[in-house]
Amino acid sequence: MSINIRNIALFSAMGLALVMTGMFQSWPLALTILNMALISAVMALGVNMQWGYAGIFNVGIMGFTAIGGLAAVLIAMPPVGDAWAAGMAGSLEPWRAGIAGVVLGLMIGVAAILGAITIYQRMAPGKMRGLAITMVLFVGYLLASFVYGPATTAITRVNPATEGFLGGLGLPVILSWPVGALMAAGLAFVVGRVALGLRSDYLAIATLGISEIVIAVLKFESWLTRGVNNVSGIPRAVPRPVELQTRDWVQALAEQVGMGHAEMARVVELVSYAILFSIVLGLLIWLSEKALNSPWGRMMRAIRDNETAARAMGKDVSRRHLMVFILGSATCGLAGAMMVTLDGQLTPGSYEPLRFTFLMWVMVIVGGSGNNWGAVLGAFVIWFLWVQAEPLGRWLMDVLTSGLGADSGLRQHLMTQAAHTRLIMMGAALLLMLRFAPRGLIPER
Amino acid sequence: MDILNALVVLTNFVLIPGLAYGSQIALGALGITLIYSILRFAHFAHGDVMAFGTAFVILGTWGLQAAGISFGPLPTALLALPLGIAVIILYLLLADRLVYRFYRRVKAKPMIFVMASLGVMFVTNGLTRLLMGPGERRFDDGQRFLVSAREFREWTGLAEGLALRSSQVITVVVALIAMGVLFWFLNRTKSGKSMRAYSDNEDLALLSGINPDRVVWITWAIAGTLMVLAGTLYGLDKSFRPFTYFMLLLPFFAAAIVGGLGSPVGAIVGGYVVAFAEMGITYAWRRVFSHLLPADWMPAGLMQALPVDYKFAVTFGILVVVLIFRPTGIFRGKTL
Repeated sequence: MSINIRNIALFSAMGLALVMTGMFQSWPLALTILNMALISAVMALGVNMQWGYAGIFNVGIMGFTAIGGLAAVLIAMPPVGDAWAAGMAGSLEPWRAGIAGVVLGLMIGVAAILGAITIYQRMAPGKMRGLAITMVLFVGYLLASFVYGPATTAITRVNPATEGFLGGLGLPVILSWPVGALMAAGLAFVVGRVALGLRSDYLAIATLGISEIVIAVLKFESWLTRGVNNVSGIPRAVPRPVELQTRDWVQALAEQVGMGHAEMARVVELVSYAILFSIVLGLLIWLSEKALNSPWGRMMRAIRDNETAARAMGKDVSRRHLMVFILGSATCGLAGAMMVTLDGQLTPGSYEPLRFTFLMWVMVIVGGSGNNWGAVLGAFVIWFLWVQAEPLGRWLMDVLTSGLGADSGLRQHLMTQAAHTRLIMMGAALLLMLRFAPRGLIPER
Repeated sequence: MDILNALVVLTNFVLIPGLAYGSQIALGALGITLIYSILRFAHFAHGDVMAFGTAFVILGTWGLQAAGISFGPLPTALLALPLGIAVIILYLLLADRLVYRFYRRVKAKPMIFVMASLGVMFVTNGLTRLLMGPGERRFDDGQRFLVSAREFREWTGLAEGLALRSSQVITVVVALIAMGVLFWFLNRTKSGKSMRAYSDNEDLALLSGINPDRVVWITWAIAGTLMVLAGTLYGLDKSFRPFTYFMLLLPFFAAAIVGGLGSPVGAIVGGYVVAFAEMGITYAWRRVFSHLLPADWMPAGLMQALPVDYKFAVTFGILVVVLIFRPTGIFRGKTL
């Protein structure tokens, strides 16, 4: 029982910190932190499934998050009709215009790769096999780019200032959450089949590479994502503050609390998102707790603690690893879709491994790997620190350099770069926890 | 004449830049491989420590420039190298004392070391950005070109020019010297031999009276030197930006694994393999073939297999192929 009281105290302290932020800084800021903390908590749950349950070291979380974000665009954006048939009116034949060309091109590419794999498996090793594989890949590449290249170029030429991409399906954006999870799961299946057999160091490098490739695709395949031009104005899951402001009940509430109408509308919007995210997070925690305490969870931990023994007991280690890798990555994809929903835009350039992969790791380690509540608490604490470290860093720099005098060049330089102290704080938090409390704030039971 | 022109284009745009880039990667991968074989973990802070060291070289360069000291036609940064190397060796030894030594004592799993190196990575990244800011910085000075494209055209009378930038030549020369000294050290000196013994069989090395702390210190010192060299050469050749340096982690690891983790020769070969593959696959070959093929045979496109933006995909592709077909790497390193 004692551990439960401790956990409740930890979560209450976290809640208190958020309330204090609301009271002393501003409520929209506190709610913004809360929302991102909820999303980070979902991501941390995903990382915890892979590392905490199964000991899989995935440093490609960013890639799975980003592909989930892509789902939000593909589901919610209105379709760009002209782009779907781009080039049809011009010089292109119907089968290589617009979406037909893209799909056909990609299919040829996949077929070439599958063909090469089949040849590798069927033919006897030797020079002939190498030659055949090279030929299939080369011809496949030429054919694919013959179809795919003109189609994508035509699409990006459709009204490039605002569109220049295929758009999406125009469905409600919430639908992108499960779709984002599915897309991340699909990617995880492919990655897992190739890389999971490797030992942890290799897997780390492989996942790091995959996540960079995903970001490169999002950045440069502009027919899909508008690339570095970003997709903005993704339809919202809840009404915008501008609309909310005109509603009677929002105005009444604002007057009751003594807040401006605009600020109240923003608060209502953020609270609505917080409720949506909390439902998802609650559901995931419930499912994860059930899974962790089931025979399946015990099996996963047994595999993590001693792979050889688990294999000797007849457990199919690689299949279980693949499964938990897919589940964890799908959770990260879900969080990615939620995040793009909250932001209302997809900005491929903003995905940085430090922020989207390694910070998640700090959250899980600090919170307590192997414990779902720990991962959630870690996400809240670290995200809170990440946001608040900026004013804190500025204050710290101010104090540290106060002896230098106001016009000292060094002081001015350090003050402008003070925001970067957050990275040092995160590193220090990770190192201190790893050294002095390696089981985290809420240890695994 | 046409073949000659094609060769000149190829040398100018692929061979020389590839050689320089490959040398930079090889130096980084050597550090990765050394740390892996002695300390037995994947050092994720490599790119960031490299950036931190380069930051000190840049500061030293500025200091020297302010004092009016230059290195003649060579970049002043070469004079500031010792400062960067000294700072980084001290920094790495401090990190080892504060962070890694504890885990070595308790014989922690390799993954815990990697986690700890993630922590060091965060701290170092923050320090670098605090020092230099996140933006791009150029610090090359001295003579820019040994041979400029215009001069080359005038000398040879060819249609295509060949530019030889001094940073490229310096990169290759410095890298070759560093590699030579490293191999001499590993193979000929007592300390180098004790390092190799420690890498091969830790227990046996301890039994024969090798001081493990000393081996670890020497490893950090060598790795730190290689990091600062790689970082400075990369910065002179291209430019310095903390994020770019962090991202170099991927080609470094790819090179070390492709060559065979734990094998220094492998790291060097891997570095050039990765560099030339990246260059070759993302280069637009149109200009080379325009000299070789008759005009009406030329295809319409740029003849570029992948856009430059996908160079990480190339690195990764090589990595996957090697991992599937020859997991120990080209030079039979350690199997992971």
